[in-house]
Amino acid sequence: MVAPLDRKLWRDLKATRTQALAIAMVVAVGVLLLVMMDGLVNSLEQTKATYYERYRLADVFAPAKRAPKRLLERIANLEGVAAVEGRVVGGALIDLPGQAVPVRAQAVSLPDYREPRLNAIYLSDGRHLDPRRRDEVLLLEGFAQAHGLRPGDRLTATMNGARRSFAIVGLAQSPEFLYAVAPGELTPDDSRFAVLWMSEENLAAAFDVDGAFNEALIALDRGAREPAVLAAVDRLLRPFGGIGAYTLADQFSNRIVSEEIEGLRLSATNVPPIFMAVAAFLLYIVITRMVQAERTQIGLLKAFGYRSTAIAAHYLKFALVIAIGGALLGCLLGLLSGQALARTYQTYFKFPFLEFQVDPAAFAIGIATSVAAACTGGMLVLRRIFLLAPAVAMRPPAPASYARSARLFGRLRRFLDQPSRMVLRQLLRQPGRAFAAILGIAVGMGLCAATLGVLAGFDEAVALNFSVVDRSDATVTLIEPLSDRTVFELQRVPGIVKVEPFRAVSVILRNGRKSHRGGINGLVPEPQLGRALTTELDPLYLRDEGIVLAASLARKLDVAAGARLSVEVREGRRPVLDLPVIAIADTLIGAPAYMSLRGLNQALREPGRISGAYLRVDSQQAQTTYETLKGMPAVAGVTLRSEAQASLQRMMDEGSGGMRFVMALVAAIITFGIVFNSARIAFAERAQDLASLRVLGFTRAEAAYVLLGELALMILLALPLGALTGMLLADGLAAGFSSDLYSVPARIDAGAVGTASLAVLGAALLSGWLVKRDIDQLDLVSAMKSRD
Amino acid sequence: MNDPAATVSAEDLAFRTREITKVYGEGPAAVHALRGVDLDVPRGELVVLLGASGSGKSTLLNILGGLDRPTSGQACFFEQELTALSDAALTRYRREHVGFVFQFYNLMPSLTARENVELVTEIAESPMPAEEALSLVGLADRADHFPTELSGGEPQRVAIARAVAKRPTVLFCDEPTGALDSSTGRQVLRVLSNVNENLGTTVLIITHAAATAQLAHRVIAMADGAVRELAVNDERRAPEEIQW
Repeated sequence: MVAPLDRKLWRDLKATRTQALAIAMVVAVGVLLLVMMDGLVNSLEQTKATYYERYRLADVFAPAKRAPKRLLERIANLEGVAAVEGRVVGGALIDLPGQAVPVRAQAVSLPDYREPRLNAIYLSDGRHLDPRRRDEVLLLEGFAQAHGLRPGDRLTATMNGARRSFAIVGLAQSPEFLYAVAPGELTPDDSRFAVLWMSEENLAAAFDVDGAFNEALIALDRGAREPAVLAAVDRLLRPFGGIGAYTLADQFSNRIVSEEIEGLRLSATNVPPIFMAVAAFLLYIVITRMVQAERTQIGLLKAFGYRSTAIAAHYLKFALVIAIGGALLGCLLGLLSGQALARTYQTYFKFPFLEFQVDPAAFAIGIATSVAAACTGGMLVLRRIFLLAPAVAMRPPAPASYARSARLFGRLRRFLDQPSRMVLRQLLRQPGRAFAAILGIAVGMGLCAATLGVLAGFDEAVALNFSVVDRSDATVTLIEPLSDRTVFELQRVPGIVKVEPFRAVSVILRNGRKSHRGGINGLVPEPQLGRALTTELDPLYLRDEGIVLAASLARKLDVAAGARLSVEVREGRRPVLDLPVIAIADTLIGAPAYMSLRGLNQALREPGRISGAYLRVDSQQAQTTYETLKGMPAVAGVTLRSEAQASLQRMMDEGSGGMRFVMALVAAIITFGIVFNSARIAFAERAQDLASLRVLGFTRAEAAYVLLGELALMILLALPLGALTGMLLADGLAAGFSSDLYSVPARIDAGAVGTASLAVLGAALLSGWLVKRDIDQLDLVSAMKSRD
Repeated sequence: MNDPAATVSAEDLAFRTREITKVYGEGPAAVHALRGVDLDVPRGELVVLLGASGSGKSTLLNILGGLDRPTSGQACFFEQELTALSDAALTRYRREHVGFVFQFYNLMPSLTARENVELVTEIAESPMPAEEALSLVGLADRADHFPTELSGGEPQRVAIARAVAKRPTVLFCDEPTGALDSSTGRQVLRVLSNVNENLGTTVLIITHAAATAQLAHRVIAMADGAVRELAVNDERRAPEEIQW
C-alpha cells in the first residue's frame, strides 16, 4: 500500500506540475549539456584514438629533401623507435574542367606490393592501387564528393611542372588528413584541397627522388623520449635536406582536431555547473514556498506523531523526484543530441566511423549533481520544518510585516497608488529573495547574451577579416620562395590590377620552454591588400628589425614587447634567429606573427625573396587571369578571397556552431524557467490577496497589475544586471571557444544584449500570460474563507 | 415578531431572490447548497443570516455579493438582475455598490490601515476620505500602522472602514466576529450598527452566533439550503447588550 505521505507527494506534484516541469527542464538541460558534451568529447577522443591506432598513424614526421632509403634502417635502430616508413610527398595542382582556379593537392606515396607500415589509409570506395599501372590514384573522399568524382573518372594534375592524366581507382580517407586543409591556409574546404595517393615508384619518379624518400614516418616505443629521438633523426637527415622532425602534436590536422576536442572538454567542465547551480536555486525557492504554505499540514502531521525526519524526507522526496526526473530526461536528451552533434563532427573531421559512447560516469555525475542540487536546495528549508512547533504550525502565519518600508514611502505617497505601493513593498520586504530572483534572471540573460555575443563576435571577426584586413581578390602561392622579379611576371598577367608580394615562413617560435609552431608573415611597408591590423583597425607599424606578435600568441609564449624570441626557421638553410618582439597586437583572427618583408628576408639572409602575393583582379577578366595563373609553373595555388571567406564562415557555423546553438537554446530555456517560476511563486503567495482585491471590485487587469507589476519591476532591474553578467560570461565563453587557430573576440555587442533582453521580455510576457490565466480563474469565494 | 412580507413595498427591496438553487458537482456526487431560496431584503435594514455550517448561508451571500452565480433562479439588486450580468458587469457591481467584510479581514499586509482604505477609495465613484472612514470605526489615530501592528478587533475595524469608505449600498459581512473575543466582537458590531444607522447602508451579516440576531431588523435562519424561518425583530438590542 502506498503510504499516505507518498500519495500526498504525487498529488502535490500534480498540483504544481507546470512549475515542477519548468524546474525539471532546467535540471534536464543542465544534465543534457553535461551528457552531450561529455559524450561528444569522449566519443571524439575514442574515435580519434581508435582511428589513429587502427591505421597506424605515425608519432613523428620527418621531412627531408631527398634521403636514401638505407637511412631508414639507421632510423629504425635509434633508441625508442618502434617502426619506420619512408615515403614520398609532394605538392600538386589539380586542373578540374570548368574551374579556372587550380586546386591544390598533396600527393602521398603508398608502398608498392605491401601494406604501409605507418599511415595506412581507409579505402571507402573502389580498389587499391595496382603498382604496375602508372596512372592510378586514390583520391581523398571528401574532395571527390565535393566535385562528384568517382572511381573510374579521370583527373588531370600538374606535378613538379609536368601535367599528367590519372585514373581514379578508389576513394580513401586517412587519420593524417582528418582536417583537410591546403598548406598555408587556415580553413578546411573539401572542394579546394585534395590528397592523391599514388604508387611509391610512380610518385618518386614524378618528384625525381627515385630510390629515395622525402619524408620519414616514425612510430615510437611506449616511453620513448621524444626530444632525443627528434634530435637523433634530425642529425641523420640534416645532410639530406631534413627540415626538422616534428611530433604528432605538431601535425596540423591532429593539432586542430585535438584543440577542437580540448575546447569541447573545457566547455563540458565549465558550463553545466552553472546550469545546475541555477536549478538548485530554483528548487530551494519552490520548496521554501511549499513549506510555508503547508505549515498547518506540517503542524498537523507533527501533532499526529510524525517525526520531523519523516516529514523532512517527504519534502526532500518532492525535490528529488523533480531533480531525478529532470536528470533522467536530460540523460536521454543528452544522448540524442550528442549523437546528432557527433554526426556533424564526424563529417567535419572526416572520421570513417564514429564510436558514440558516453562515459557511464557522465550519467552518474549528471544524476548525482542533480540530486546534490536538489538536496542543497531542500536542506536549506528542512531546518524550518524541524523548528516548527506543532501548535504554532496550526495557527495561520502572522501576516508579513511591512513596517520597515513605511518611512521610505512617506515621500512617494503622492505619486503612487495603492497597488503600486503593494508592488514596491512586496519587493522591499524580502530584498534578499527579490535579489536572488533578479540575479537568477540576470544570469540566464547573461548566458544568452554571452552566447549570442560570442556568436556575433565570430561573424564580425570573419566579416572584418575579409573586408578590412584582407582586401585582395585572390592570393597566389608560389611553389617555393622566388625572386621578387616574379612580381613583374604577375603584373603582366592580364586582369591583374595590383600585386602585393609577401613572404611566409614556417617557423617554431620559442621562449624558454614555451613554443609555438606556426608562420611569420613578411609584409610590404605599407600594405594595401593584405594588411596587419589591430582590433581598433589601426594598421600595425612594421619595422625592419623585429617581430610583431598577436596578443594570443604572446600569451601562449609568455612574452612581452621588448623581449627577445628564438625563431627556428623550418625551411631553406633553417637558421635559428634571435629577434626582438617590437609590439604585441590585438589581431582580429588567428594568432599571426608579422615582420616587414625586407626585415624577414634580411634575417634569413635571402634578400628579395617572396613566397606569394596578394592580387587585385579585374573582375571582367578574372576567368582569363586564373587560367593564365594555372598555367604558370611557379604558381603552387590560388585562393579566392570569396571562397576562403565562405569556407571559414562554414567552419564557424558547422561543428562548434551547432554547439553554440544548443547553448543559446539552453540559456533561453533557463531564462524562461527562472522568470516563469518567479511569477508562479509570486502568484501562489499572493493568490489570497489577489482574490480579495477581486472581491473588493478590482478588475482582472487591476489585480494582475499587482502581481505582474512586481515581475515587470524585477525584469527591469534584471536587464542591466544581465548585460553585466553577459560581459563577464562572454570572457569565459570566448576563451573556451578560442584556439590557436582563431581567437574569438570576447566582446558583447548591443545586438547580443538586445536579443537577450528580448528573450527575457519574451519569457516574461509568456510567463505573465500564463500567470494571468491563473489570476483570471481565481476563486473569489475562497477569499471569503479562512486564510491558509 | 411580525409577518415580514407585508411590511415592505417592492421598490424598497435591496435584494429579491426567486427559486435560487446552487448545485456543486454532478450526478451522485452533487451537493445541493441551495434548494430554491426566495428572499426579500428591504433597503436600509441590518439583516442577520443564521445557520449551521453547510446551511447555505455563505453560498447565498456569495451570490448576492456577485462572487458566484446560482445554478438556477433569479437574484435582483433593486431593478438589476444580478443573474444576468457578465463577469465585467459583476465586477462593476462589486466596485460600485458592494462592501465586503471577511472573517479573517483580508487586509493587504503590505499596505497601512489608511492605504488599505485608499485601495478602495481610489477605485470608487464618490468615496469618503480614508481618514473619515477610519474615524467612523474609531481608528483615526492608527491610520499609519500596518496590519501586523494592529491588535484585537482593530484589523477587522480597518476592514470595515475599507468596506464602507466607498459608501456602498450594501455591506456583506461573513462571520465578522468569528475570529474575535466577545468584547472586541461587540466593538465591531457597534461599528456595523453605526454604519447601518448613520449611512443608511443595508448590512447583511452571516453568523452562527445566534445572539447576534438580537441586533438585527430582520433575521433569516437557514438550514439545508433553504430558508427555515424569517422573522422581524420588534425589539432590537444595542451591541453592548448582547451576550455570547
